[in-house]
Amino acid sequence: MATQHSRSAARLMMAPAVILLLGWMLVPLIMTLMFSFKKYLPLRGGDLGWVGFENYVRFVSSSSFWPSVMATLIIVGGVLLITVVFGVLLALLLNQPMWGQGIVRILVIAPFFVMPTVSALVWKNMFMDPVNGLFAHLWRFFGATPIEWLSQASLQSIVMIVSWQWLPFATLILLTAIQSLDSEQLEAAEMDGAPPLKRFGYIILPHLGRAITVVVLIQTIFLLAVFAEIFVTTGGAFGTRTLTYLIYQRVLESQNVGLGSAGGVYAIILANIVAIFLMRAVGKNLDE
Amino acid sequence: MARAVTQKRKIINTVAAWGIGLLIFFPILWTILTSFKTEAQAISDPPIFLAFDWTLENYGVVLERSNYMRFLWNSVIIAGGSTILGIIIAVPAAWSMAFVPSRRTKDILLWMLSTKMLPAVGVLYPIYLIFIKLGILDSRIGLVIVLMLMNLPIIVWMLYTYFREIPGEILEAARMDGASLKNEILYVLTPMAIPGIASTLLLNFILAWNEAFWTLNLTAAKAAPLTAFIASYSSPEGLFFAKLSAASTMAIAPILILGWFSQKQLVSGLTFGAVK
Repeated sequence: MATQHSRSAARLMMAPAVILLLGWMLVPLIMTLMFSFKKYLPLRGGDLGWVGFENYVRFVSSSSFWPSVMATLIIVGGVLLITVVFGVLLALLLNQPMWGQGIVRILVIAPFFVMPTVSALVWKNMFMDPVNGLFAHLWRFFGATPIEWLSQASLQSIVMIVSWQWLPFATLILLTAIQSLDSEQLEAAEMDGAPPLKRFGYIILPHLGRAITVVVLIQTIFLLAVFAEIFVTTGGAFGTRTLTYLIYQRVLESQNVGLGSAGGVYAIILANIVAIFLMRAVGKNLDE
Repeated sequence: MARAVTQKRKIINTVAAWGIGLLIFFPILWTILTSFKTEAQAISDPPIFLAFDWTLENYGVVLERSNYMRFLWNSVIIAGGSTILGIIIAVPAAWSMAFVPSRRTKDILLWMLSTKMLPAVGVLYPIYLIFIKLGILDSRIGLVIVLMLMNLPIIVWMLYTYFREIPGEILEAARMDGASLKNEILYVLTPMAIPGIASTLLLNFILAWNEAFWTLNLTAAKAAPLTAFIASYSSPEGLFFAKLSAASTMAIAPILILGWFSQKQLVSGLTFGAVK
């Protein structure tokens, strides 16, 4: 049915989107690559020429590199663990018969729609403030000394804030996946006397495998880029400087563009490794 | 007997789910409640939940002091502009991919998604530099463009998914009946595509509204939207909980309401159809 004419028309209709995205991807990428091989200090002399791989070596050998990798891993890993485990449990619960399911769903999903700067500020002040925060009230009520959350337990606090934001996403996707499970299979297993834990382990969990993979991959990409939550709460202090935040500081705060760009290239490579796996999961679905 | 057990289980489920739901929602609820307290009541120990003197004073102060309307307007323009522009560019692309697919359609779709995976911080300086050169740093048009490009893959993807569900036979039937291409698009396709376009619009408006990397790094005084407005509230600790809450409530309320309508699209939109 598709004639030669409609094919060229189709190509023309696709062109604006493709060209724009190509430019959006290639132009900044090439610039970052170029800067990463230069000594480039916009406020202290500008472009000071090519330096080979020096920036790449300096970025990884600086004393803040490994701590930032650790902070990134803890935040990404911690949030993934919390959101996937609680997301599965919550999805299982929400899939049960109950009254007011629709309203509970709305309550659970709400945090996802709160802008990151608001959730970071609300948690920082109204919950984690060591004097007036709700947690401080709670601690004092039980006779304990309030914790200075964002300095004494900074990484845990950030993990908590970010998990709160992403739990709805994980729950919603896992719930969608659970709802597509064939209920007859579960009923048959129940008739045959399979206990709940076995039913979960042998039927529900394998069925959720693909959804969990997708949740983990998509969240990883977003979590690697967590920015506003740190910007607003600690500004990268108290061990919360992630790889993303370190690059941001190198580029915009200390205006060492060459060094920051080398870091940026590392971040791009890292994100691409995750993205390849995500693409495979998505691509498989396209064939179906 | 069996029925009684089910009923009992249903009660337990309901209590548990509502308990957890309210716990998760609590920070938002607390923010909304605090926005109606006086500053003294906002930090009182023990905290007051409902029995406080409800006041609208904080909203008045925030509106008066901070030029809130300008930030709100910037948010509306940036989120709305980038979404509408994105849809204008994406509709023809998604259309042609859905109705005239070629061998490369799948590759193009996946490639588009891959541009979404590029970490923003990796290209922060180039974008910053380009913005300075073009004189669009701290301008609304600059952010409209960046956020449009950032969300374009999701927009194309969502539209493609919706368009593909429109049966091709209907188009053929219209053609058989002698409908011109213009009439075909105007009277046959468009009415069927509107729900899909509307939900794409909604989800991407929300994503753009909440975006907080580019909006924080590419704006200063002029084009700053609500994300930046809230970030500027971080300074005086403890004493301004009620005003902070009022400002926060105003920033999230419209999106919370829109968000509740877009729950379903959220799954397909953000997983790129990988979870059904």
